[in-house]
Amino acid sequence: MALLTVEHLQVDFRLRQQTLTALYDISFTLSPGERLAIVGESGAGKSLLGYAIVNLLRQPGYISAGAIHFHEQNLTKLGSRQWQQIRGKKIAMIFQDPMVTLNPVLTVGEQMVEAIRAHQKISAQAAKQLAIHKLSQVKISAAEQRFEQYPHELSGGMRQRVVIAIAMLLNPEILIADEPTTALDVTIQAQILHLLKQLCEEQGVALILITHDFGVVSRIAERTLVMYAGRIVERGPTLEIINDPQHPYTQGLLNALPQMALAGQRLNQIPGHMPSLGEHPSGCAFHPRCPYATEKCRWQRPRPIYSGISTVACFAIEELLAETNLEEGDDNHD
Amino acid sequence: MIGFILRRLLQAVLVMLTISFASFVIQGKLGDPVTQMVGQNVTLAERAQLTESLGLNDPLLQQYARYLSDALSGDLGVSYYHKQATLAVIGDRLPATLELSFCALLIVLLTATPLGVFAAIRPRHILSRLIVIVSTLGLSVPIFVVAMFLVYFFAVEWQWLPSFGRGETHLLFGFWSSGLVTKDGLQHLLLPSVSLAFVLAPIFVRLIRAQMLEELDSDYVRYAWSKGIPAHRVYFVHALKNTMLPVITVGGIQVGTLIAYTILTETIFQWPGMGLLFMEAVSRVDAPLISAYLIVVGLIFVLINTLVDLIYLWVNPRVRIPGYGQ
Ligand SMILES: Nc1ncnc2c1ncn2[C@@H]1O[C@H](COP(=O)(O)OP(=O)(O)OP(=O)(O)O)[C@@H](O)[C@H]1O
Ligand SMILES: [Mg+2]
Repeated sequence: MALLTVEHLQVDFRLRQQTLTALYDISFTLSPGERLAIVGESGAGKSLLGYAIVNLLRQPGYISAGAIHFHEQNLTKLGSRQWQQIRGKKIAMIFQDPMVTLNPVLTVGEQMVEAIRAHQKISAQAAKQLAIHKLSQVKISAAEQRFEQYPHELSGGMRQRVVIAIAMLLNPEILIADEPTTALDVTIQAQILHLLKQLCEEQGVALILITHDFGVVSRIAERTLVMYAGRIVERGPTLEIINDPQHPYTQGLLNALPQMALAGQRLNQIPGHMPSLGEHPSGCAFHPRCPYATEKCRWQRPRPIYSGISTVACFAIEELLAETNLEEGDDNHD
Repeated sequence: MIGFILRRLLQAVLVMLTISFASFVIQGKLGDPVTQMVGQNVTLAERAQLTESLGLNDPLLQQYARYLSDALSGDLGVSYYHKQATLAVIGDRLPATLELSFCALLIVLLTATPLGVFAAIRPRHILSRLIVIVSTLGLSVPIFVVAMFLVYFFAVEWQWLPSFGRGETHLLFGFWSSGLVTKDGLQHLLLPSVSLAFVLAPIFVRLIRAQMLEELDSDYVRYAWSKGIPAHRVYFVHALKNTMLPVITVGGIQVGTLIAYTILTETIFQWPGMGLLFMEAVSRVDAPLISAYLIVVGLIFVLINTLVDLIYLWVNPRVRIPGYGQ
């Protein structure tokens, strides 16, 4: 039984002269306690998807089609009162840059206690106890002291721990983490990721991890969605996708990882760049950058099909599958 | 912290030096002090002697140094007209001006903050559009037009409020003549302070609205929403607190404008404050009084700006130096 079901979600930006589509036909499910990664280059629409789920898209962005089911509710139909009871309590978020997410003029404690007391009727003293307990759970030393401090008095890594502690305050069912470690340096990245995974495992929290880094994905997520230009182009179990990427875009992303480059070799970046909003190419949006692109890819859009390893939207894979099926058919004939 | 205060002090001293030099020059250029003192009916020899004894033949810099050292010891000359120390003359009028400015500022803050915040929170509301339009128009309405309307309706047509003077005052603490403690004084205060507030309120409404809009679009406000905290907390704790930081800074500068506008307001309403005194001094070419006024106003300006900086420091934890205030 899925905890969260996203069905044919579309996000548009209504501008003065035109309406631009940023997310097309996004569908996926998330099971309780499952860890799902959403991967793609900058501009793929990963953050928009995260914000769309909790209805925090910025104007003029809005959900123009589709549904998001969470328990018995369709999240796209909720009023602000109902949202208030879900956000922070059932679905928590971690943003990319802890520098700009914590309010600079409020202490760590104020920002934790307000979150608790918005959802639970408990005394300020009890809320403080809970907050300090959660701070020590994310391995913040001298938690009592941190509680009184302002965000700017903490290091970047420490701030992100605070944000994680806030996310975990009310034992949410889903945690959406948008590039939680991108703003941090490498050693701290690893610690924070480890902490995040550990907390989610211990408390049975389902995680949607948004990242552009496949290196991060492999350590955390059981399943992966790969996004390109507002669409899901490949989805499947993380291990399978990493060992045998099907979509040329996924292959490109994996080849571009520093670990994949042989010593002395340049990184194999995918040529070209992610199209911006309103410039999404016809057919398969990836075709201008794809080494296998054919005439068909320019004009027709591939539908997602199951390749035996993952679900991919790519004509090259479709043909490959058709050929092997044919061969199998021949074999059977003999 | 110490460094900050020292830097601030140095700035204040520099500003005051500049102002004092300007007023010194004004004093030297305005009229002829000898004529002012003895009139036309003295011989040239007597005039020359007086000029010499007043030190008016000394080099300019030497005269300025003397002016400065006198000023530091609290002597800003004697008013030609009032035949009294200029500082004493100004000191008599200071409470009237300060009470007027304070009330105007209070009215500005109490009206502009809710209006600006509302216009930012409900940008599509008809009332918000009205607020924006009115505050834009309000920017270009001169104060005497506002004052004229107020006087016409409240003083002439309906005769609810007096239109000039300060009314009954009481001496507080032995030196402060206050109009805030009598009903008559408060009634007299109403029209001038509302007129003065009208001039500043549009600037503050627009400033608060623009800043609040920006804060509402910021990441930390979106994060606050994501925590599911009530809307009033997001608006009034998260966004408003950050909105007020730049408002304090710009507001501090606007308080300077406020002082300038008191001159107009006081003239219109015959409010016996420093502004009116200044206008009188100008028409009488009372050079010592004019230059003393400039110095006093300059000093008030510097004090207010320092105060604003300190408030900013107190509100904004980011510029607090570690260890301070604990
Ligand atoms: N408020 C907005 N107005 C117009 N376009 C927007 C807005 N927000 C996002 N976009 C566009 O939508 C597309 C997807 O943006 P999104 O932030 O979801 O990308 P992302 O995958 O999270 O990238 P990154 O790794 O840089 O965070 C981008 O082309 C972006 O320019
Ligand atoms: Mg993003």
